[in-house]
Amino acid sequence: MRNEIEPVEVTIEEVEPLKEAPPKEIQRAQEERLLKAWKVPEGWRYWSEVNNTEVGLWYTIAALIFFVFGGVLALLMRIQLAVPNNDFLSAELYNQVFTLHGSVMMFLFAVPIFEAFSIMLIPQMLGSRDLPFPRLSSFGFWSFALGGTFFCGSIFFGVAPRGGWFMYPPLTTRYQPDIGADFWLLGLSFIEISAIAAAVELIVGVLKCRPPGMRVNLIPLYSWYLLVAAAMVLFAFPPVIAGSLLLEFERAFDWPFFDASRGGDPLLWQHLFWIFGHPEVYIIFLPSIALVAMIVPTFARTPIVGYGWIILAAVGTGFLSFGLWVHHMFTTGLPGISIGLFSAASEAVAIPTGVQIFCFLATLLVGRVTRSVPMLFVFGSLIIFVLGGLTGVMVALAPFDFQAHDTFFVVGHMHYVLIGGSIFPMVAGCYYFFPLINGKMLSEKLGRIAFWLMFIGFNTAFLPMHLTGLRGMARRIFTYPADMGFDTLNLISSAGAFILAAGIAVFMWDMLRPKSRQPHSKRNPWGAGTLEWLADMPGKKWGVRSVPEIDHRYPLWDQPNFVRDVDEGRFYLPDAEEGKRETLVTSVIDANPIQCLRIPGPTFITFFAAMFTGGIFIFSTFHWWWMAAISAVLALGAILIWFWTGTSIIPEKEKKNIGLGVTLPLYISGPDSVSWWAMFITMLGIMTAFVCLVFGYFFFWTIHEDFPPDPLPGPGVFWPVTSAGLLLGAWCLTILARQWNKRDLAISFYTGLTFAAALAVTGGVALIAGPWFTGLDPATHVYPAIVWVLVIWTAFQVAIGLIMQLYCIARRFAGRMTARYDIDIHNVALYWHFTAITVVITVAVIAGFPLVA
Amino acid sequence: MSILKGADIQIRSNHIGRNAGSDNGCSYSYARWVIFLFGLCLTGCDGQQSALSPAGRGAERIADLFWWMSAGAVIIWLFIVGFLFYSVRAHPEAHNNRQTKILIIGGGTVLPTVVLAILLAYGLALLPDLVAPAHKGSLKIAVYGEQWWWRVRYQQADGQAIEVANEIRLPVGVPVEFQLESADVIHSFWIPSIGGKVDMFPGRQTRLFLEPTRTGIFRGVCAEYCGASHALMSFPVMVLEREEFSLWLEQESKPAQMPSEPLAARGQQVFLAQGCNACHTIRGTPAKGVIGPDLTHIGNRMSLGAGTLSNEVESLKRWIAHTDGVKPGVLMPEFRMLSQEELEALASYLSGLK
Repeated sequence: MRNEIEPVEVTIEEVEPLKEAPPKEIQRAQEERLLKAWKVPEGWRYWSEVNNTEVGLWYTIAALIFFVFGGVLALLMRIQLAVPNNDFLSAELYNQVFTLHGSVMMFLFAVPIFEAFSIMLIPQMLGSRDLPFPRLSSFGFWSFALGGTFFCGSIFFGVAPRGGWFMYPPLTTRYQPDIGADFWLLGLSFIEISAIAAAVELIVGVLKCRPPGMRVNLIPLYSWYLLVAAAMVLFAFPPVIAGSLLLEFERAFDWPFFDASRGGDPLLWQHLFWIFGHPEVYIIFLPSIALVAMIVPTFARTPIVGYGWIILAAVGTGFLSFGLWVHHMFTTGLPGISIGLFSAASEAVAIPTGVQIFCFLATLLVGRVTRSVPMLFVFGSLIIFVLGGLTGVMVALAPFDFQAHDTFFVVGHMHYVLIGGSIFPMVAGCYYFFPLINGKMLSEKLGRIAFWLMFIGFNTAFLPMHLTGLRGMARRIFTYPADMGFDTLNLISSAGAFILAAGIAVFMWDMLRPKSRQPHSKRNPWGAGTLEWLADMPGKKWGVRSVPEIDHRYPLWDQPNFVRDVDEGRFYLPDAEEGKRETLVTSVIDANPIQCLRIPGPTFITFFAAMFTGGIFIFSTFHWWWMAAISAVLALGAILIWFWTGTSIIPEKEKKNIGLGVTLPLYISGPDSVSWWAMFITMLGIMTAFVCLVFGYFFFWTIHEDFPPDPLPGPGVFWPVTSAGLLLGAWCLTILARQWNKRDLAISFYTGLTFAAALAVTGGVALIAGPWFTGLDPATHVYPAIVWVLVIWTAFQVAIGLIMQLYCIARRFAGRMTARYDIDIHNVALYWHFTAITVVITVAVIAGFPLVA
Repeated sequence: MSILKGADIQIRSNHIGRNAGSDNGCSYSYARWVIFLFGLCLTGCDGQQSALSPAGRGAERIADLFWWMSAGAVIIWLFIVGFLFYSVRAHPEAHNNRQTKILIIGGGTVLPTVVLAILLAYGLALLPDLVAPAHKGSLKIAVYGEQWWWRVRYQQADGQAIEVANEIRLPVGVPVEFQLESADVIHSFWIPSIGGKVDMFPGRQTRLFLEPTRTGIFRGVCAEYCGASHALMSFPVMVLEREEFSLWLEQESKPAQMPSEPLAARGQQVFLAQGCNACHTIRGTPAKGVIGPDLTHIGNRMSLGAGTLSNEVESLKRWIAHTDGVKPGVLMPEFRMLSQEELEALASYLSGLK
């Protein structure tokens, strides 16, 4: 019954653009149809837009607003520390300010800004019309805007978190019982979830939505870097989400994960936090250096030297960064051998970083460098970042870290890395890419002023801090005594901070100043070679006039008549005959076109879904459990409506001609489809969080002689094993249901999936029955607490799986899923594969491990 | 709003620091700063808590390591920045593919590998010595970090301990083992002039081994953020000649003297009547509280409130009546209800506990 959809085999060499341009009137008609399909809604409906250019822009603006907010907090701290014994800020307020400064800059600016830039730029760089899941971007943006505002707002009521951005328990559990820490744990968890959503979107976008012919060795470096960074988000954020879950459980329900008196251990938090926290630095750094990798070739007028080396180095950095977290814990009294190993591993990361920098230097060397504001910021970035990297090599050496750790030396080091490695490239990127936003250039003159203020201000502020730290000034102190050798250095730092702020103010003004009288920039103003510069000035919302065939890394430089061919619609998909938003899906390695993907248009449902999801976290912060529960139901409803109406829509025809003699299916399911990839990638993130909880279980086992306790208080073997049997049955029946659906055996499908749902319910209940009937009380000791957490996590995952099963039954019943159009059941079966793994691990740990321990 | 005023929380660097710690001091000047900028300054700068004017074996090694690494870092930095400027100006045609490959492999992999190997060999060789346990019979001191002060117990050979608070005195040239623990949140014990820091955890003991190499007065601080008054959790450290140290320790082991003057005797009455003894111990008197610092010889100490105020009668009065103003969030309540006369008597009693 099902039509076999073979990927269309197209070899790169054969494909040429149309020899003759279509007649002018046809071109005009095509353009009109494209413009109509991609038209941005007007009036208040503007906010229902989900297209990457709008959402990316909002995202960028929101992240920059949070950046300014975080910067003002920094200035408040510098005023306080300008002179000894100052009373400008009280101790409590200062502690809130530094906690918020770090958290805002990391969670609300540094990571979101790269996701924002990428949502805006990646489709352009890949000659794609949009990312595969525009509504997911929109959901992510609204979550971010809501969560960020909520989080920042706390300080205006004097209840902001004040445990430091690292939130070490037990300070943040028993010793700060007010809601400050809850803002951090719940507010930021919400934002981390939206960050993961954006990461999923970007990974699938880069892997599956490239232009035909753009094989992996032709992908623009920015996209490569983003792929690595987004993959890192996927594995780095779940540990802190898992940690936050444990910490919030301890705060709200007194489950003693980090309480030493009941078997917990505060070090577990530190491990989970820094397994996230260290990769985080590279999650910020890689996308920023990615901007450098785009800017340098443009102004050196030559392709990047060492393309392969750079990718290898970026991937290497990504891998290495997960093995370094312990260097944040050198002073916790760990054994010398592990300190030495992590010290060596930390130093090793200097090698891939060095490779990247020397590739840029080599590119500059072989090119003829033209001067420009973006280049100026790139130079500033390299000069500052290299110094930050070198002090990083110093602090990574454990003996030196024994002195430097938690002092202003580290404050200096870290800002050299983050401002040099991230802010300067970001400003460079803003100057470089600004014409893509509204077709206008930023001012050369203001750019230079901004640069010199920022460069001088930055170094004045942060270079002295290295010395301040070595003279003994610890971090996170709201005041210091006079005559300890800190006074003058701090005054200089404070002065520098204001010069830096002045530079940033000039830069902000340059972006905000009215530009209506300024003429539009010429097309491709910098003479760059990559696809995003195909854009008209000002750009059209269709993204790209026709989706080009790529066979060079710098097609605008190397493919003859390239811009003309794209403009005249001589490539793929030059039209929107059905008035629908469409883009191409290609294969992962060779970028052969495999599908013409229909992309959903404007909607408010993602806004509501984000607000209700936010409500769960916000109401929980205040312990308004009923409101949170209502919010959860509404969020679930909104998400179901979103999925029901906007995903896996059955097209009106099977295939579509996309031009140049290629006909592609409009609907594919299984591993070829973008949604299957999104599910797979999301589940990797969810599994990572789960594995972190399992890590917690074994962490307690390593530090306690009597873990699991003997005699074992629970959960026994019977209930967990029974539940595993039932849940694995649910999994098998789900897979069978997928097969029956494919063979169009409706009765078998409905019966199978109904039984699967029933097994999921009973299995979930049986899982909870284990600790319940054996009377494990999670507040008494860490053992019952960690068992309960594993059980609750798994049961929750099963509950979501149950909703999915029922959803599939309803979809088929409503005729929205058929034997041929079966994305839903394919993805649900995939979800259940991961759920089965979770179930097996949970049961093996809670029931099996105590037997062998 | 805080009522911290400059005059109130000066650490006594002036009157404490002058007697011993300032001999190798250098006053901070613009010229010196410029020199530092260029990486040519090879001398440490003063401060009672400067890791760059070391007074302990660990601190000396680490300071040496720092100067070597700084010199290396400055050279590498100058090389890369110089190369950056050269690349911008260099004539493009002058370089072929092979040269750039050599540059990337040489500069990006070979150079850092060699430099890091040397650095690790040197740096990690220091490690065993820095974390090795002090040999048997060395001085053992248990320190408990509490929000925001330090409980210090000198362990005696007979198993007894002499408890002091918020101040550490050490004999010069004698290795010391610090047994570190926390009573509440995570703290970190750090005397920059003498050596590195180690964190203090609730329910887990960590150790730190130090060996002071010269006498003087230094300042230790809590390095791990520990709540509201983290900034005000420090302690004076006095490194003494061995005989001086023994005399001091013997003095500390004795119970408190009975007040001789009438004002001080009145102060003792106030102390007991106000319930100060619920939290504080003064050995040899009915005061046996264990929540707050031991005050048996508070009159001998160099500071009040864990390095927050100088130990003078006036600041004692200020501390007792305005604890929270001096140290935000502190557990000790403010005794504002005391009359001027009672406060005077109490301060006189306490400062007489030598």
